[in-house]
Amino acid sequence: MIKIEHLVKNYGANCAVDDISFEVEEGEIVGFLGPNGAGKSTTMNILTGYLSSTSGKALIAGVDILADPIAAKRQIGYLPEQPPLYPDMTVEEYLNFNYDLKGCKLDRRAHLEQICETVKIKDVRHKVIRTLSKGYRQRVGIAQALVGNPKVIIFDEPTVGLDPKQIIEIRNLIRGLGKEHTVILSTHILQEVQAVCDRIVIINKGKIVANEKTENISNVVADNRRFHVKIAGPQKEILSMLRSMPGIAYADALAERDGDAYTYLVESDFGVDIRKKLFYQLSERGWPMIGLESLGMNLEDIFITVVDKSEEHKSGRIAQTERTKRRGSKEKASLERELGANLYENAQRRRMESSLEEGEDD
Amino acid sequence: MFAIYRKEMSSYFINPIGYIYLGVFLVFSALLCCYTTIISGTYNTSSYFSMMIFAFIILIPILTMRLFAEERKMRTEQLLLTAPVSLTGMVLGKYFAALTIFLGGVLLSCLNFIPLYVIAGVERQGSSETLTHVGPVTTEIVGGVIALCLLGAALIAVGTLVSALTENQLSAAVVTIGVIAAMVLLNMLNLLTDSDGQPLIANYAVRAVIDWVSVLSRFTAFLNGVFDYAAILYYASLAFIFLFLTVRVYEKRRWG
Repeated sequence: MIKIEHLVKNYGANCAVDDISFEVEEGEIVGFLGPNGAGKSTTMNILTGYLSSTSGKALIAGVDILADPIAAKRQIGYLPEQPPLYPDMTVEEYLNFNYDLKGCKLDRRAHLEQICETVKIKDVRHKVIRTLSKGYRQRVGIAQALVGNPKVIIFDEPTVGLDPKQIIEIRNLIRGLGKEHTVILSTHILQEVQAVCDRIVIINKGKIVANEKTENISNVVADNRRFHVKIAGPQKEILSMLRSMPGIAYADALAERDGDAYTYLVESDFGVDIRKKLFYQLSERGWPMIGLESLGMNLEDIFITVVDKSEEHKSGRIAQTERTKRRGSKEKASLERELGANLYENAQRRRMESSLEEGEDD
Repeated sequence: MFAIYRKEMSSYFINPIGYIYLGVFLVFSALLCCYTTIISGTYNTSSYFSMMIFAFIILIPILTMRLFAEERKMRTEQLLLTAPVSLTGMVLGKYFAALTIFLGGVLLSCLNFIPLYVIAGVERQGSSETLTHVGPVTTEIVGGVIALCLLGAALIAVGTLVSALTENQLSAAVVTIGVIAAMVLLNMLNLLTDSDGQPLIANYAVRAVIDWVSVLSRFTAFLNGVFDYAAILYYASLAFIFLFLTVRVYEKRRWG
């Protein structure tokens, strides 16, 4: 449905998008993930014909956006980062304008009615856009993208600035749209792609760092290998016991204390479920385990790891991951550990930051 | 293009700007008409039309300042540029909307001439003389109105380009006022004379160039009731050039 081939966009000497290629199948929801300034918006602007690429091709349903922009744009509904609303118009006028602008051939009343139904803006149809709340404005923006029933819908950061309830509603809405449309959405929030998308394309500094199905990334995440364990008892002895225990790859005490109990970070060897064994071992020694929390690895950590790594070695993490898959689980395990250590650092950094913030609040 | 045209037309009247423009235009033209003809005791309308041009310096920017500057500021530009509409269609849609309001104003201001005809009618009844023409010359008025329309069409294109170059309505207005004032007043340079009555700009070639560039110099033939095809072509090509440049500005920005 969408095909991008060797796309390059330079702003003077500055390279915003550097040789990107990927494809999106019909009916897929693809998440475009990257930090600010990674080139997400630029890529989307090229796809929608707002900007022209320096070189490379972007095909929408087989139509080159540069060769036949009007035919290509007919296939696209686009919600830019800031919804392009005319504050003086009513919602009704705005949608009618979009209907005319896109030269839509569908039955006007029924089509607009259906869109308002889908995005739930029926109750504000006759209100002036200026008076609407942010959540409603975002919906009107989405409604605008749906006018003309385009095959491809592109959302640039659709949930920025919304409250948690609105975010969930918009995500559900987008997931619903994925049934009938091909959807690309950009975001820098990882839970968002995880919640909504079939596939994730991670982009950093204008290059694609990863292009994977969401399950594949989530499987790594779901791997139960890392825990926070809260154990009552002498810290030093417990730690040395944990470190000597077979099946445990890594153990350390955290600076968290609850009465006589300390929290430990424990990481098992690859493919080993350590939980039951750990429980019996501890009870044997008379050190009760009073808390066990599986950490998994969330996308944020993977993302940070992936992006950091790609900056370190230009060859990128993907190549390394590919190689690992081929060479078997042993090297993969060491790679995982590497990821884990990185995660641990990140977690600690975050904890420190949050405790600092709390301190400031006081 | 028609969608954009309709949107612009309605936005002139959703915002008060369309009413403000028409109101100011009509009041100003009525006052001007009153002073240059009835109060001056003449049926000659040529000074009315010449003075109207100076009103354009202020009025045209009111009409054009919003066109693109507002879209850029509100980021609605992205909607138009990603819609299945050509750049030319977008620019023309906006241009014709401004032109329609402008022409509407000019046509409404033709009401100003009715009192002249009424007074002339009364005067004719009272006098026994039938050989001399009493009252306004209709061909001069028609010529003057056409000339205003042509000049306006060219100046609106100038305002359109300036609006496309700026992101702020106010700066669009100020720059447009400057550019239009320069175009209109350029002609004055040729009329300046030193104490001996010699033109201040002695070089004939320079005067010819100024004369060619000045939008005013082509205006006068119409006021005498002469239908000057060359002038029509001149104003039309002026409008074309500025609209073409506006399209190029957007084209260029896309490749930015």
